[in-house]
Amino acid sequence: MAKAPALPRGFELPLKQRLPRIGSIDQVAVEQRAGELAKRSIKKEAKVWALELALRCCDLTTLEGQDTPGKVAAICSKAVRPDPSDPNVPSVAAVCVYPNLVPTAVDRLTGSGVKVASVATSFPSGQSPLDVKIDEVEDVVGMGADEVDMVIDRGAFLSGRYAKVFDEIVQVKEACGDAHLKVILEVAELGTYDNVRRASLLAMAAGADFIKTSTGKLPGAATLPVQLVMLEAIRDVYEETGRKVGMKPAGGIRTSKTAIQYLVQVHETLGPDWLTPDLYRIGASSLVNDILMQLRKEKTGAYQSKDYFTND
Amino acid sequence: MTEQTTDVEKRSDRSPVPSGWTYAPAPESTDIVELQDRYGLFIGGQWVPAKEHFTTVAPRDESPLAEVGQAGPEDVARAVAAAREAFADWSRLDPSQRAKYLFRIARILAERSREFAVLESLNGGKPIKESRDVDLPLASAHFFYYAGWADKLEYAFPNRRPKPVGVAGQIIPWNFPLLMLAWKIAPALAAGNTVVLKPAETTPLTALLFADVLRQAELPPGVVNIVTGDGSTGAALVDSDVDKIAFTGSTEVGKAIQRRVAGTGKKLTLELGGKAANILFDDAALDQAVEGIINGIYFNQGHVCCAGSRLFVQESIYEPAIEKLKRRMATLRVGDPLDKNTDVGAINSREQLSRIEELVQAGKDEGAEIYQPPCRLPEKGYWFAPTVFTNVAQSYRIAQEEIFGPVLSVLTFRTPEEAVDKANNTPYGLSAGVWTEKGSRILWMAQRLRAGVVWANTFNRFDPTSPFGGYKESGFGREGGLHGLEPYLTFDGAETFGG
Repeated sequence: MAKAPALPRGFELPLKQRLPRIGSIDQVAVEQRAGELAKRSIKKEAKVWALELALRCCDLTTLEGQDTPGKVAAICSKAVRPDPSDPNVPSVAAVCVYPNLVPTAVDRLTGSGVKVASVATSFPSGQSPLDVKIDEVEDVVGMGADEVDMVIDRGAFLSGRYAKVFDEIVQVKEACGDAHLKVILEVAELGTYDNVRRASLLAMAAGADFIKTSTGKLPGAATLPVQLVMLEAIRDVYEETGRKVGMKPAGGIRTSKTAIQYLVQVHETLGPDWLTPDLYRIGASSLVNDILMQLRKEKTGAYQSKDYFTND
Repeated sequence: MTEQTTDVEKRSDRSPVPSGWTYAPAPESTDIVELQDRYGLFIGGQWVPAKEHFTTVAPRDESPLAEVGQAGPEDVARAVAAAREAFADWSRLDPSQRAKYLFRIARILAERSREFAVLESLNGGKPIKESRDVDLPLASAHFFYYAGWADKLEYAFPNRRPKPVGVAGQIIPWNFPLLMLAWKIAPALAAGNTVVLKPAETTPLTALLFADVLRQAELPPGVVNIVTGDGSTGAALVDSDVDKIAFTGSTEVGKAIQRRVAGTGKKLTLELGGKAANILFDDAALDQAVEGIINGIYFNQGHVCCAGSRLFVQESIYEPAIEKLKRRMATLRVGDPLDKNTDVGAINSREQLSRIEELVQAGKDEGAEIYQPPCRLPEKGYWFAPTVFTNVAQSYRIAQEEIFGPVLSVLTFRTPEEAVDKANNTPYGLSAGVWTEKGSRILWMAQRLRAGVVWANTFNRFDPTSPFGGYKESGFGREGGLHGLEPYLTFDGAETFGG
């Protein structure tokens, strides 16, 4: 993958002349469009298709102070075989953990096809010196993480020091080596859709493989309009450079119905190419059981008690 | 993922994801609608049989839905007489009682909205998501809004002693059958008038079902009368003993009506055609602007008098704007109006389809470049793919005439002055749209655009509180808001005049 050039003035994007501007977002209109797309009626085989895809795209996540190797081992088992009673149910895309738990996850998931993702760069605030962040990224990659979920420096972004944000992402990307880099914008702290678009373009220009909405640590994480703004930024970068950047909404996606609304938006904004775990992830923990319940309902025609699905 | 460099074994690739996501059909059931085989005329609170009938069809597959009465001049005269008789009591009724009936109608419409939405899509061809989310909520909202004015007319027009006009003859179009009914009937009744309504020839069914709402609301007989038929029925209504004519439809018919009522003393309001300019500046929020342009022209298959049928793009963003527009067009889902995922439904009638085809052919002949996204149109029924013309000159017919279909003509401009000049260079003046992030420019444009409605960073937004109507050949008189009451009132000492 081509590395984005480090730009002298920080916030000029390597886009062609045709789009010389970052552009802006109209709040009313983007919320209206997101609301309309959320009304698509997805039924029967189209629903099963979407539910299985949502499961394949899940980054099953545990990011708690109380996480232990035991807890991580449990969610790794869940990730590989979400529904032990039905081998046709696919495994999730990845397990996402704190750095200290990467070895446990690697140990449990080797050979399974499920990737290990680790948060890094002083997650969730990102308020640490750069060398500390770089060391952390190198550590998790060294321990075998396939994917790194970094946070941007919102303090720098909100005070207009875009070049600092940009440089940090470039250096983290370098430290990642072959590991995939997901850049968390923490949209709840950015305040406006204009800022979400700016931060998205900045992260992609700096080399992000994925852009991600949230840490999941704040209320008001992923929303449909926020994803739409980010998807449109991804589309603009693709149109200008041919580079396909992935999308990961995280936080607040708890039901199958919501997950399908997110997928519809991807389908009708970026097209079918993005409907794959290589380019689309959903950061979630409780979503998986709801999908399993819906899938079984589609197969058997009846909802089953929550007790038939494992809590991990 | 490329070759791995760490000493930890990379986890093997996963099973491939199945490709292709096709939305399963999601049809709204038509079971909720019960149609009679044959409808008469609704006069004086009774169903009166008509002498002649015609068949009304579903534009999605041309299947017959019901036989509908063709009212002649005698039927119309009888309806006007019934309205005249009812006027005596209705106009003297305590205004708060009139409000009560209107509130009832609003509530019943909301309660029966699914039934009405399905019938509207069935008979008119518009997507169910539009009849469900736009037509029905707005129709109900209009009755709620004007119900509130019924006992406050003295405050609406202080010191002018408003009085009802009398019997209003109302002729409505086929593009928003029930919503236009609401726009006409709600203010007329709130002001104390009685009405004779003539629904459009191709879309009479929701108006006929509305008669059942009136029964439920126990509206006194004769306050609302509904006569169906073709243009000759409308002409008979114009010539009948009414005190006011309100017409929404084509400019051609509007002119004919104005000639016929000249010198009769009848009050007149006309809401006619349009060729709205949607003006896109280079600093606009582009993706949202494209969304608004799409909504502006493909909403209701472009059967909208205020449709944004001329797009003016600032030349500096012409290429990205057109690319985005075409890509978005390709995601429009054209098909069965009753499928909940349909974005663009069926053309209302064969006659309208021919008119669209004729004008599109003219556009091609004149040298404009046509683009239609690939879409599979159903074999039966009346269909036209979403269409955009680029390289359009101001002199082409597709830039001058109202097409009233899903056809957009794209022109360019360089400066705000040029945009205003070109946008106003049309016999019409119903609506316009301005897309820019600059607030001061919005106000500058709005002052100069000769259009009854100017939308900024949105399009086709309607609200009962907001007046709507045209400049020039788009008509006169306003509907909606406080202004919408005025055509249905006379004022002490004031001359009655057209408008």
